[in-house]
Amino acid sequence: MEMKLALKVDDLDNVATIFANDVTAGTTVEVRDKQGKTEQIRLSADVPYGHKIALTDIARGDKIMKYGECIGAASTDIKKGDYVHVHNLEALRGRGDIPG
Amino acid sequence: MKFQGYRRANGKVGSRNLVAVIPSVICANDVGQAICRQVQGTIGYFHHQGCCQLPIDLKRVTDTLSNLGQSPNVGAALIVSLGCEGTDHERLVQEIAASGKPVEIIRIQELGGTSRAIQEGIDLAQKLVQEISVQQREEADISEVVMAIKCGASDTTSGMASNCVIGYVADKLVDLGATVVFGETTEFLGGEHILARRAVGGENGPVGQKIYEIVNRMEERAKSVGEDMRGGQPTPGNIAGGLSSIEEKSLGAIVKSGHRPIQGVLEYTERIDGQKGLWIKDAPGREPEILTGMAATGAQFMMFSTGRGAPQGFPSMPVIKICGNPNTYERMQHDMDLNAGRIILGEKTIEEVGEEAFALMLEVLSGRMTKNEALGYYGSMDIFCLGPVI
Repeated sequence: MEMKLALKVDDLDNVATIFANDVTAGTTVEVRDKQGKTEQIRLSADVPYGHKIALTDIARGDKIMKYGECIGAASTDIKKGDYVHVHNLEALRGRGDIPG
Repeated sequence: MKFQGYRRANGKVGSRNLVAVIPSVICANDVGQAICRQVQGTIGYFHHQGCCQLPIDLKRVTDTLSNLGQSPNVGAALIVSLGCEGTDHERLVQEIAASGKPVEIIRIQELGGTSRAIQEGIDLAQKLVQEISVQQREEADISEVVMAIKCGASDTTSGMASNCVIGYVADKLVDLGATVVFGETTEFLGGEHILARRAVGGENGPVGQKIYEIVNRMEERAKSVGEDMRGGQPTPGNIAGGLSSIEEKSLGAIVKSGHRPIQGVLEYTERIDGQKGLWIKDAPGREPEILTGMAATGAQFMMFSTGRGAPQGFPSMPVIKICGNPNTYERMQHDMDLNAGRIILGEKTIEEVGEEAFALMLEVLSGRMTKNEALGYYGSMDIFCLGPVI
């Protein structure tokens, strides 16, 4: 069967985006970067089309990077292969409690 | 490189030749709608403003309606005034006429009410439509193009496919001497440093600093009502599509502006009058307000990127839908003009789909209807105001 694909946009990124349907816990996906280098990662959870996975362990409070830029911080400890979304990624902008 | 457009008296070139029915206030909308239903070749700007607003907003509404009437896709205008509104309807007539277009006005209270105003309006709109119908398209240079760009109902494919396609087209147009305008200030949050560094004069120059200023202004406006923007941006649809934060949405959104230097920042009511290159318009991300702002700027068309599937257009401005999500394209082919999902599938490169988008753009500028135009899906618009209704 063809390997499910995830794309890593920038070398600094610690997440990749899954572009495949029916990706379930235990699936091994192929993460491809812009140079075409690949790495296989086993997923710990179901991940919907267009959603993100962790490429490394990310400690609570650490920056989550996509496009080579910060897209938020980890709100819990995240393991490599975990699903990354609003349940464990916290925006740092557009909020009243911390300066923009 | 050329396209076929309508040359206006003031030298600008339009991609459409429409009679705009312009209610000066929400209270005149029903009369305007009756006129548009009867007279072919008309479109209506059915907004929800124009009275019981702060003076700054009444000026903003008048300016925007005037700019819409002056926009190059409009060949003539019929102002529909109630008679007691807060906008300056007589200024609308003067300014649109000064741009060299036929303009008429009806005043509902003065004419004796709804049915008489509708009758008078139909007669005048019919005359205007016939008058401009003899205008022919003529050759115009690509450097006369003003493209507006926007993304809506975004998901994670937007920043990796459809916005990249628009960025390719934007760069190519700027290199050919044309004008490109992008906005959605809310969706600069988290990416404003990248835009500021691309400003003419650098991050610390006046344009770079202005970019930071408009982002702060937008963020402060949300905070001023004691709310956290996160409940509204990203939208529930964005989140379902995989976008986790406003920063992630912004970083994907700004991709559509391409790579060229940013020449300056236009306020919501400012027009493009010959400025070339890449410009920012300070406008929010929501469709009716930014599409209105872009049409009022003088854009002849918009290139619009989507992942979840946004179907709507604008009354006088063709909107080309570039879809980044191959699954959405399959489901919504009758709303989507171009499939950039082939980039995600690895079937096409950004450059290949970018060239297809460019070729489609030339056709649309020269008269080809977009999918939303052919469907008549372009009724919604509104004007971005600053203060409360009072």
